[in-house]
Amino acid sequence: MIRAVMVMNTQGKPRLAKFYDFQPPEKQQELIRSVYGVLCSRAENVSNFVQADAIFGPDTLMVYKHYATLYFVFVFDSSENELAMLDLIQVFVETLDKCFKNVCELDIVFNFSKMHTILDEIIFGGQVLETISAEVMKAVDEITKLEKASNAVTLVPKSVSGWQSR
Amino acid sequence: MSASSIMESLFQRSLDDLIKGIRLQLIGESKFITKAMEEIRREIKTTDSQTKAVALEKLTYLNSIHGIDMSWAAFHVVEVMSSSRFAHKKIGYLAASQSFNEGTDVILLITNQLRKDLTSTNEFEVGLALECLSVIATTDLARDLTPEIFTLLSSSKTFVRKKAVAVILRIFVKYPDAVKVSFKRLVENLENSDPHVMSAAVGVFCELASKDPDPRLYLPLAPEFYRILVDCKNNWILIKVLKIFAKLLPLEPRLAKRVVDPICEHMRRTGAKSLMFECIRTVVTTLTDYESAVKLAVEKIRELLVDDDPNLKYLGLQALSILGAKHLWPVLENKDVVINSLSDADPNIKLEALHLVMGMVSETNVAEISRVLVNYALKSEPQFCNEILGSILSTCGRNFYEIVVDFDWYVSLLGEMSRNPHCQKGEEIESQFVDIGLRVKDARPELVRVARDLLIDPALLGNPFLHRILAASAWVSGEYVEFSKNPFELMEALLQPRTSLLPPLIRAVYIHSAFKVLVFCLHSYLVQREVIHPSSVDDLATGMPDLGFGIKCVEVSDIAKCQSAADCGHDDEFNPRVSDISVEDSTMETTRDITVHEASSSVSLQKEPFTHESILNLLNLVKMALGPHSGTDEVEVQDRAQNVLGFIKMIEQELHGLLGEEKGNFEIGEHKVPKIIELMYNAFSKELGPVSVSAQERVPIPDGLMLKEDLSDLDNMCADVLKPPSSSFTTGNPQFGEREGDSFFNLHGKEPEPSTESTLLLAQHRKQHGLYYLPSDKNETVSNDYPPANEPPLLSNLVDGTQDLMKLTEQSLASKKKSNHAKPRPVVVKLDEGDELPVSATKLTKESKDDSLSGALRDILLGDKVNPMSSQRQPSDKSSGKREKEALVDSGYASRSKQNLGDAQPSHGSSSSRRSKHRSHGKEKQRSPRRNNEGKEDTQKDKKKGSHHHRRHKTRQRADGPPNVISQTPVIPDFLL
Repeated sequence: MIRAVMVMNTQGKPRLAKFYDFQPPEKQQELIRSVYGVLCSRAENVSNFVQADAIFGPDTLMVYKHYATLYFVFVFDSSENELAMLDLIQVFVETLDKCFKNVCELDIVFNFSKMHTILDEIIFGGQVLETISAEVMKAVDEITKLEKASNAVTLVPKSVSGWQSR
Repeated sequence: MSASSIMESLFQRSLDDLIKGIRLQLIGESKFITKAMEEIRREIKTTDSQTKAVALEKLTYLNSIHGIDMSWAAFHVVEVMSSSRFAHKKIGYLAASQSFNEGTDVILLITNQLRKDLTSTNEFEVGLALECLSVIATTDLARDLTPEIFTLLSSSKTFVRKKAVAVILRIFVKYPDAVKVSFKRLVENLENSDPHVMSAAVGVFCELASKDPDPRLYLPLAPEFYRILVDCKNNWILIKVLKIFAKLLPLEPRLAKRVVDPICEHMRRTGAKSLMFECIRTVVTTLTDYESAVKLAVEKIRELLVDDDPNLKYLGLQALSILGAKHLWPVLENKDVVINSLSDADPNIKLEALHLVMGMVSETNVAEISRVLVNYALKSEPQFCNEILGSILSTCGRNFYEIVVDFDWYVSLLGEMSRNPHCQKGEEIESQFVDIGLRVKDARPELVRVARDLLIDPALLGNPFLHRILAASAWVSGEYVEFSKNPFELMEALLQPRTSLLPPLIRAVYIHSAFKVLVFCLHSYLVQREVIHPSSVDDLATGMPDLGFGIKCVEVSDIAKCQSAADCGHDDEFNPRVSDISVEDSTMETTRDITVHEASSSVSLQKEPFTHESILNLLNLVKMALGPHSGTDEVEVQDRAQNVLGFIKMIEQELHGLLGEEKGNFEIGEHKVPKIIELMYNAFSKELGPVSVSAQERVPIPDGLMLKEDLSDLDNMCADVLKPPSSSFTTGNPQFGEREGDSFFNLHGKEPEPSTESTLLLAQHRKQHGLYYLPSDKNETVSNDYPPANEPPLLSNLVDGTQDLMKLTEQSLASKKKSNHAKPRPVVVKLDEGDELPVSATKLTKESKDDSLSGALRDILLGDKVNPMSSQRQPSDKSSGKREKEALVDSGYASRSKQNLGDAQPSHGSSSSRRSKHRSHGKEKQRSPRRNNEGKEDTQKDKKKGSHHHRRHKTRQRADGPPNVISQTPVIPDFLL
């Protein structure tokens, strides 16, 4: 099972954090900090696995990938395959790339909710449900469409921000 | 926008505005967030759903990224979740899955909303609800929503169905009764033609099998998994199925025979490294008895090892070390790669290689390998250096130093490790130091020598990581001072000014050790002067312990008197100095002068070590060095310093007279001093031994003793014992407790004896050298319950009954090759022989003559390569020979196992442990299907009850055919036979 997914930049600022077993917010921040502490001390071109027992408890492993200014980190236990997780990061990043057309850190910063939509299509309750980025894209597009449609129905300016956006 | 405060009050910020604002950092991040939170709190209360939803979205963002608490907004989350607009609903669900947990009370309110969304016609709404449930489902939610999820398990929409399958995992965990209802439908999904659904179902079973303490329950499904293993082309699914088989294979040996071929087939064919590695892992963990599979796996491991990708190399090494526990030949075959990997840039690879190298260590090569590694550690970066030291310590210390033959070598190696500038293994080295002292009599002289070298080096005192080692050194040199070549030098080392750098508890050990050294010197001097006769010493020590106790009772009061007098004196004398630093410094200076003086004198006095002058100097040195400590704030230090000073005060005057007199003019009866010194000496020379872990269990419970189940009030009792004994008065003789503690305090433990404190001191002293510790904390803090250090059986063990131990060690040696050491391996005192001993690793290395290993190690690590080619070729030759040997062993096993199993299938070799497992499984077999039948019956009952699902059940019953048949046949699945 996958325990957590994190995206953070090379300065340690979290950009996305999803924990599949509940963690209180302070604990989440602490975990992110410890993960960053481990990652930033690792050299380039070394293996992408880190024993995470000290941070996430026994039988946990971390796999990370470094893209430009971002670290993508998956935390998982022994019922996942290390190399498969590495592939899954690739799938996730590829999907982001397709969604945002050459994804960069800013896309991730400003698309909080969409990031979650994408991730939720790939990983569901800690289990991998989809590994083909085209399929993920299809679902995400549908959901986005639906969101827009539901907003459009009642665009009568009830709220001031409704005004603004027009 | 952020500039205008009017805008702020009129217009709501969107999430984008919030993020931009935070990034602009006009007023600082935390200030901005505080302000944003004020807005959110206001906005979230409005009746306008749009404003509310946006506020919640912002809050969720701040919670997720900036760690802001949002538990207060739980009710608003419920409000937004129930919005009819999809966009709002989505915000609400994200907020819920992020912030809701078992402790959220409003979670009770969402059941109906979830039910509504689960039955929605919009698949994405169903998806939202399922996603949320997969993270937050509580027992109540799982119970109440099981029917809806059951329905969704056979949804025609893949999007919904795969999520429904996946959510079952959480439902089962939270509400196990749901298994009765939905297990079959879950199994059906294993056969679904859609790979998404099948993948989700396999994933759920993988999680269930790995979490379940009894994976045997999933054995009946083996045929399904087998079919997937053979037919499926999807790597993700195959990996998961392999994971499941890894759990099932140890339970059913016949299963292994069936799956080994398909697994090898996948291993050979697949282009995906992930699947290949999973196949390798399955083979090396569970199919090690299948020679061809292991050979193929080793081949593939080799591919990984030589790959440039550090990930593959790392995993290859990992697989190798898993395999190394069963077969050593693959490790030896790849020795060159392993050893080269020790100097890899990648920390994972290095670490794995280190484990592998340590796995190859045996009695014959331990010295060589350790030396090479210790030297290599010097050049490594701190973290890896400590990994090396740690693994040497744990390998050599394993199973009572099983692989160490030459303890003099090992002790000096410990000394060498301590001097490594990166060494942070103080605790481990400390405990081995003391442990070897206690267990290995023959190692003591060398131990004292090494300890002396460590103590005497003033530079080491500055390194806090070494303090624990120094404490052990001080203890060792105090306890075994009789082996010291120059006790005066030792005393100087123990009292050197730089000891002020040590933490107080360790300084206390130093002072106590100095006390022991002092007593030893005085005693030796008196023996030399024939004031005390060594023979009479023995009489006192062994023959008449009761007499000693009688004398003690008299002395206690005297000492107490002396001590109180001394206390007053010291208070007047030294307290002002403590407050005045410069004066103290001058004291230090004088101490140093004396030290120098002493050093020169002690060198010149090698011939006749104990002279009048040297003893006087010694006393002066101790007084000068300890004087300042008697006024220190640190109670432990003060206490011990007072003990020593009180002792000196007590004997000083008479001793002066004594020293002046002629040799042999004294009878013991006339003077108190020789008697006191003798007593102290005897007390200290009593041997301390290791205490068995189960020692306390062996103490019979006295009749009529009421033991409480709940020990909570023990805390109160312990409270005053635990406090440092600052208030109690100081007696000069902690060692009395040591002598009498076993018989006396165990019986009258609760009486407030004046020397209770000395037992305490002893306890504390031991705590620092904690070894002979009973596992429970309670026991070790209650000093009165402390098990006797010298239990009679143990004592006889040490003195007389060493023969048993000799036999034991001989046995363990006999099975191995005679080492070429001239010295026989010294006796190592062991207790708890029967308690589980880890499987000795040397068995694996048996006859593997891998001296070339250490050579290769040295070549690669230390750079003096002569001809690396030859050193690399050698091992492969040898290991192929080794392989033949393995094959022979295997076939031997095979024929035996054929007889055992009776059934005609010749399973390849199975080790004895495997066989026993198999036998026990035979018993289980009859039980497990019944359990399964029960489950099935329940399900059928449920079917009859649950009327609204009735029809669907019927149609499905046909599909249920195969599992039902399987569960009813007593022997598991038909394909196994």
